[in-house]
Amino acid sequence: MSRAFAFVATLLLAWPMMQSAHAGGVPKPSILIESPGTQCVAPPAEIRRNHMEMLKHQRNLTLREGVRGGKVSLNGCIECHASKKTGSVIGSNDNFCQSCHAYAAVKLDCWDCHQPKTGKAMPTSAAEAKP
Amino acid sequence: MSANNNRRSFLTASATMAAGAGFIAIAPGISLIEVSHARPAGEAASKANRWGMLIDSNKCTAGCDACVKACSTENRINEQVADPRQRSQWIRKIDIKDKASGRQHSLPMMCQHCAEPPCVDVCPTGASMKRADGIVLVDRHICIGCRYCMMACPYKARSFVHQPLTEQNPEVPRGIGCVESCTLCVHRVDKGQLPACVEACTEGAMLFGDLADPNSEISRRIAQEATTQVRADLKLNPGVRYQGI
Repeated sequence: MSRAFAFVATLLLAWPMMQSAHAGGVPKPSILIESPGTQCVAPPAEIRRNHMEMLKHQRNLTLREGVRGGKVSLNGCIECHASKKTGSVIGSNDNFCQSCHAYAAVKLDCWDCHQPKTGKAMPTSAAEAKP
Repeated sequence: MSANNNRRSFLTASATMAAGAGFIAIAPGISLIEVSHARPAGEAASKANRWGMLIDSNKCTAGCDACVKACSTENRINEQVADPRQRSQWIRKIDIKDKASGRQHSLPMMCQHCAEPPCVDVCPTGASMKRADGIVLVDRHICIGCRYCMMACPYKARSFVHQPLTEQNPEVPRGIGCVESCTLCVHRVDKGQLPACVEACTEGAMLFGDLADPNSEISRRIAQEATTQVRADLKLNPGVRYQGI
């Protein structure tokens, strides 16, 4: 009984501190939807929770089995979510992937190999630029 | 929809038309039967195909590196490296000379897409892999960069990326810490296009096609003409065959 009372008392005493800690904490990421009104491949709640599993499942299908044109695609994410300013999903905490991943402190390995810019935002190579 | 997407949907549409018609006539009497190999979306690569190449070194000109340039452009292998020995090399030109007769040839050398690939045998993680249609690839998601496959490959076909990359082709992911090699332009082949090197060869020395289809041009030529497997003694059954060497 006394233990339960101590717990409730601690909670009551700590409550204002928890509130102030929350207020002064890391601000929630601002997620800018670059193409409002468009439909993602799944509802936002599901994407938020499961996008990594969806991409991991698709990457194995695409690379190892050669299945192309799946519903889920990393390039599909980039085409829709790349910043209109920079053409990229990373590079600053305003950009789509980085905004949440910086907040959640989850390192992004995708972009070591994958191109974070849309095809349009990529510079053409010297050979392509020549007529 | 971006310009890129328009181009992609056009290509898909034309490939579908080609698959329906069976061939594309590019000139009277000449049709590109080999082009009609694009798979519909959602369909996996099939064992019924085995993609390969026939390279005629008699037609390959010494000093010409159109295939190498096309590969670098398509796969964006153009990064500056501190040490030239670390430069990624998916395809290279080789000049060889028979000392006895003095006869010289030139030929492109790249991943031979073996049916029995030693790189796949030695890979400790399963990253080095052969797709159902015979294309040998590195699954960079699970490559740990140990480079056993580079040691195992008798064709010196693989390279290791030593530095961070930023200018990749969106369709050709490649990056630091992984081994890489010729993908037979798998991203183009899956759309029904030819590998970039084959498309760029002005001499017509490179022929791409399906070794599993007895009616494909490559199969007919291999059945009728003398062709060579490089290091045939290793019994790796490479998908890339040569003539004139």
